[in-house]
Amino acid sequence: MRIVFLIIFNLLLSSCDLSQLNNPYSEADPNLSILYSSFSERPKRLDPATSYSTSENSFLAQIYEPPYQYSYLKRPYQLEPLSAKKLPVINYFNAQDVLLSGNFSANKIAYSEYIIEIKQGIKFQLHPAFIEANRHLSSDQIEKLTQLNDFTEQGTRELIAEDYVYQIKRLADPKVQSPIAEFMKEYIVGFGEFSQEVKDKKKIEIKSTPLSGVTVLSRYKYKIRIKGKYPQFKFWLAMNFFAPMPWEANEFYQQKGLGDKNISLNWYPIGTGPFFLEENNPNQRIVLTKNPNYHETFYPSEGEQVDKEKGLLKDAGRKLPFIDKVIYILEKETIPYWSKFLQGFYDASGISSDSFDQAVQFSASGNAQLTETMQDQGIRLQTSISTSIFYMGFNMLDPVIGGDSEHARKLRLAISIALDYEEYISIFMNGRGIPAQGVLPPEIFGNLEKKEGMNQYVYNWKNNNYQRKSIEKAEQLMTEAGYKSGVDPKTGEALVLYFDTTSVGAGARAMMNWYRKQFEKIGIKLVIRPTDYNRFQDKIRDGSGQIFTWGWNADYPDPENFFFLLYGPNGKVKFKGENAVNYQNSKFDQLFEQMRSMDDTEQRSQIIQQMQEIIRHDVPWVFGYHPKRFALYHQWFENIKPSFMAHKELKYLRIDATSREQKREQWNQAVFWPLIAALVLFILVLIPAINAFKKRSRKTVQ
Amino acid sequence: MIKYILRRILYALPLLMGVNILSFILFFVVNSPDDMARMQLGQKHVTEQAVQNWKHQHGYDLPLLWNDRASSNKKMTETIFYQKSIGLFLLDFGVSDSGRNISEDIKQRMWPSLSIALPSLIVGLLVNISVALMMVLFRNSYLEFSSIVLCVILMSISSLFYIIGGQFFIGKLLKLVPISGYDTGFSAIKFLILPIVISVISGIGSGARWYRTLFLEEVEKDYVRTARAKGLTETQVLFKHVLKNAMIPILTGVVVVLPLLFMGSLIMESFFSIPGLGSYTIDAINSQDFAIVRAMVFLGSVLYIFGLILTDISYTIVDPRVRLS
Amino acid sequence: MIILWTDTLIYLLVIAISLAIFFIGKQPQMRRPIKKIGASKTGMISLVVLIFFVIIGLLDSVHFKSTESRTHEIISLLDYWAKPLREQGEKTYSAPFSTQLYSKETMTADDGTTQWGYPRLKFGGAHLQNPEAEWKMDVFTKALIGFGKGAGLFALLFIFFWITLHKNHEHFFANPTSKAVWFVLFTLISKTYMLIDLSMYYHVFGTDKVGEDVFYQAIKSIRTGLVIGSLTTMIMLPLAIVFGIMAGFFRGWVDDVIQYIYTTLNSIPSVLLIAASILMVQVYMSNHAEDFNSLIVRSDMRLLFLCLILGVTSWTGLCRMLRAETLKLREMEYVQAAQALGVRRGAILIRHILPNVMHIVLISVVLDFSGLVLAEAVLSYINIGVDPTTYSWGNMINGARLEMARDPVVWWSLLASFIFMFSLVLAANLFADTVRNAFDPRRAD
Repeated sequence: MRIVFLIIFNLLLSSCDLSQLNNPYSEADPNLSILYSSFSERPKRLDPATSYSTSENSFLAQIYEPPYQYSYLKRPYQLEPLSAKKLPVINYFNAQDVLLSGNFSANKIAYSEYIIEIKQGIKFQLHPAFIEANRHLSSDQIEKLTQLNDFTEQGTRELIAEDYVYQIKRLADPKVQSPIAEFMKEYIVGFGEFSQEVKDKKKIEIKSTPLSGVTVLSRYKYKIRIKGKYPQFKFWLAMNFFAPMPWEANEFYQQKGLGDKNISLNWYPIGTGPFFLEENNPNQRIVLTKNPNYHETFYPSEGEQVDKEKGLLKDAGRKLPFIDKVIYILEKETIPYWSKFLQGFYDASGISSDSFDQAVQFSASGNAQLTETMQDQGIRLQTSISTSIFYMGFNMLDPVIGGDSEHARKLRLAISIALDYEEYISIFMNGRGIPAQGVLPPEIFGNLEKKEGMNQYVYNWKNNNYQRKSIEKAEQLMTEAGYKSGVDPKTGEALVLYFDTTSVGAGARAMMNWYRKQFEKIGIKLVIRPTDYNRFQDKIRDGSGQIFTWGWNADYPDPENFFFLLYGPNGKVKFKGENAVNYQNSKFDQLFEQMRSMDDTEQRSQIIQQMQEIIRHDVPWVFGYHPKRFALYHQWFENIKPSFMAHKELKYLRIDATSREQKREQWNQAVFWPLIAALVLFILVLIPAINAFKKRSRKTVQ
Repeated sequence: MIKYILRRILYALPLLMGVNILSFILFFVVNSPDDMARMQLGQKHVTEQAVQNWKHQHGYDLPLLWNDRASSNKKMTETIFYQKSIGLFLLDFGVSDSGRNISEDIKQRMWPSLSIALPSLIVGLLVNISVALMMVLFRNSYLEFSSIVLCVILMSISSLFYIIGGQFFIGKLLKLVPISGYDTGFSAIKFLILPIVISVISGIGSGARWYRTLFLEEVEKDYVRTARAKGLTETQVLFKHVLKNAMIPILTGVVVVLPLLFMGSLIMESFFSIPGLGSYTIDAINSQDFAIVRAMVFLGSVLYIFGLILTDISYTIVDPRVRLS
Repeated sequence: MIILWTDTLIYLLVIAISLAIFFIGKQPQMRRPIKKIGASKTGMISLVVLIFFVIIGLLDSVHFKSTESRTHEIISLLDYWAKPLREQGEKTYSAPFSTQLYSKETMTADDGTTQWGYPRLKFGGAHLQNPEAEWKMDVFTKALIGFGKGAGLFALLFIFFWITLHKNHEHFFANPTSKAVWFVLFTLISKTYMLIDLSMYYHVFGTDKVGEDVFYQAIKSIRTGLVIGSLTTMIMLPLAIVFGIMAGFFRGWVDDVIQYIYTTLNSIPSVLLIAASILMVQVYMSNHAEDFNSLIVRSDMRLLFLCLILGVTSWTGLCRMLRAETLKLREMEYVQAAQALGVRRGAILIRHILPNVMHIVLISVVLDFSGLVLAEAVLSYINIGVDPTTYSWGNMINGARLEMARDPVVWWSLLASFIFMFSLVLAANLFADTVRNAFDPRRAD
């Protein structure tokens, strides 16, 4: 009994006011503006050289700073200097290594050089690695450690060009296992040789080994040499892979025994960004704190036209960042997250499809707007189309559905028409997406709007809008393809196609049923083969799959990053590339090679249109859809603008902590009466029983 | 006694070996090291070289069970099986495929698991015993009949309904506790109340019924009749004699599960996002992190065997007639 | 007609159970407990409910290729009869008995004007001209008519039985238990008929996210629940009986080996075992894709495997009990005597030991059944249960728990699965109680 009292007493102490019994947070410092967010999957590696997932990026992007970033407010996406002083100076050289100047044709270029100058006076975050003694710990000292915060002494130093070069060397080091190493080998001069050279050396020795293509020019200037012309390289320089890394980090973390305590670069980054990782407990929470050493950066004063109306320019010119702390909490399920968001314990939220029509409704004109209950709570909505595409791929090596033959092409086209992605979007995505007309999403160079951008093989232009061709057209195509009303002449039964998918779980059955119905419209029997992710990958790799759906998230906002998914020499089966459908068309390949090294000119746009036309004609993909992101955020949360490129938004965000506290209190009044009622009821039931028992025991005594 | 324990521990070795081989085979039949590498490396730009590198770094580039190319005395040892098993027996679980030290993680996640499982067990035991005692006390009355019916009804409801319902009513509608999450120290209490209440309620049905039969068996024995004949009241009989004697099977039953409490509850933990060992296991299965799964299987069997030994010992303590041999 | 793997096993099981009932009924020592079950009101009522479920499950286990659709799907007898339920889907959520969708949408009228409101359903209550005014009355009359038809059917049945049986078997009608049974039969038949009648015009339990009828899903799940509950026991029984008796009877190294096997299996957390084997099936199926062309064959294979692996993980408990019991029995005088007389060991096992442990087997079978039905739901939650395309209560709950976060709450999927699952498990539990009371020698009175 005493224990129970103790627990109750403690409970009362820990939550003095009864209004927020359900508050999941214990620290309540009203003076700090803390942003509450969540992570659903524990980040596996927070090393900028190896991390390549969006979930990890949302942490890394706040901690590390590559030379460039995308403008927060401007669209289409634009590069701007971050830790660099200005955009890179690019020089071109011919095969004889002579600097090209004036007018010269692109095919003369053998090398390009990017010269990057960085800002002076930037400092790293405080970190024990910068103290000499900490890099030579005795095993006794290491034995005593449990976490990085156990180090009392922490230091810093100025950021220099050497640190950027060091990071590129790390990318090349086979022991680091950077996912882009193989890719960069094709471009950066001397990258492959360097990999070979340091293969058997210790990690720290890369500092003294030179990499011929990447050199330090001065304390604040360095140079990267690229084979040929590769205009997209500047976008890579805005990714975390090219963020600076101090050599001290390697020397510190490679000390024996630290890894066993999970003290490694994967878990405790060293960056120059606006935040540093204060607590990394992937089992429970991750805390980012404002970096006191952060260099002076200010809120942008220019943006899109609508940004001013939306109040996104209110903070123009103020020093960044605004938020003192970000607490990410492990939250695996969407339901608790959503409920907590509505209770005010999370500041922003996406919308799961299950709670969608609770939050959003479409007006008569088709615009999304918040429901009344949401508006009453002061919640705001932001929508934006992502730079990604989800498509259905046909394996072009397959004898039935693939290949260049006209029959197979017509079959694919018939399926393209029959698959009503408008319905898909409205059923499974609650209208959060737009049907794709080609390979490119909106906001990517070369994508055309309205009628010019229509896929005329699948759509008609009617009433100033896209209209899917009728199912009769698809049936006619089926007949032309040799499958009259879906009957396979070889078997005399319905044509059987195979659909490989990795989706399992609650929503999958409905989706699979939907796919089956779509194929049934033109008489095809679709067999669905759900597999786990590995088997699925195997099938794609050896080309034994037939139909599958896949998506692509852009690495950088350039058409090249989408068209290379269909480039012949990227074929999955033959060349282990990213062309999962193994599409091969020499005309397309030739156009691609031409397009990729061009700057964004009218001519490039024309080539892109030709490429779109080829793909629409050949139908290796059913262009699915481009998802639209809907984000909700509370009234106290300011300066949100969704960005699909680098996720550096955290430093721009602002939170009104006092207003939040008020609302939370208002929204979270605990309801006690049912508990009391249940207790009373229980006692009422018990009383007659006890009476009866007393009577009976009296009887037995008598 | 000590001799007995020593023998049991020796006997545990082949058991653990069997468990180890079984879990190894089960997971490698479906998962080749290549699969594991790809799983960990992510989706974009994964080359054959990267896969090889990963395998080399994590020690998966050896043959599975038998190394033909190694020199004679290394044919067994230069294999994935040997390399990955030897650490387990020393309770050094090594590094997970995603790069974290497993022992550290287990040490950390054990506490949340325990802080749900232990109170659930104790409170559940108290509640079940008192309900069962009440049923015996009020036997042959409407109260007993309705309690039995209630128990069967409670038993027939899937635990998922309890969790979903509890979260919905207590967390969302009444706002009495946070819906999910966890915190360290005393502030964890508010997160733990709901899961504990739910697991106690969902266990009442079967638990109370089981204890009731135990008590009833005891009530019908001769010594109880004698006690009653001595003039003891019904309550005295129940508490002094029946409860005391029935505690022996109850307690020994509890001892078996005690060590397994460390493993946590799979469903509870993932519903309430409590960072315990149960959700750790589920995550590992879902992300196919073989190193963690094997470590957890091994730990589970060690604890199970430990529980068996504890039970035997507890028998000797409560009942002096039992001798271990 | 197409026979799936689980179908075969179900037929075998039905045959085995009928044979078992036949033989057990003949044995004199079994008569008393059977009579006791027959006299128990709750026991008989729950048995009726169970049989009702079993009939639905059996109807759902007769598969054939549909000749109607072009794709020649495999459907079952139940699907055939429930065709309107199966095919009359809506667009998305609609509440039970509703005539309109659950959420507002922009509707375009014939004249091109758009309006913001609740669209009418395509099938639910589509026969009504003016839903607001007619709806209540219509549901009521339809329910009444259905109930009446069901009652009529029951009356016919009852009269038929009464005429044929009442002379020789008066106890079928007179004693309180049989009265209760008849009453339960009456409610079951008339309610079922009522539901069937109503479901022609309405979605009795509403529709789910993609507009599928929830009532249909709940009915289809019955088979899955039964299969898991019964096939698993069928798989574990031989293992448990053979190993348990052998270990107890032969002792020595046989005992050691068997003990070793079951302790090893027991000490592996069963969730991990199940996860690994489900993965294995998937790999097998993707390697032999050509054998698993149809979705239903695939999900059937996975169901079968789930039963298999559940059987493998759950035989150990019964095995240990049987071993202990056999150890006791083998010291009995009549067994000792038989051994002394030189009766062969096999004969002793079959003639003396096996019949005397049968009551333990029976009790544990009925007890395990409900536990397995419940376990299916939990396993589906961690994605290692039945195939996501299989209809099962676990999958329904799993999908529905996301709906609980909506506001207004979509409660009907959860309710439907709750009602069906609860009634099956409750009936099974009550029946198990009766069986235990009847067979447990300690409770003989």
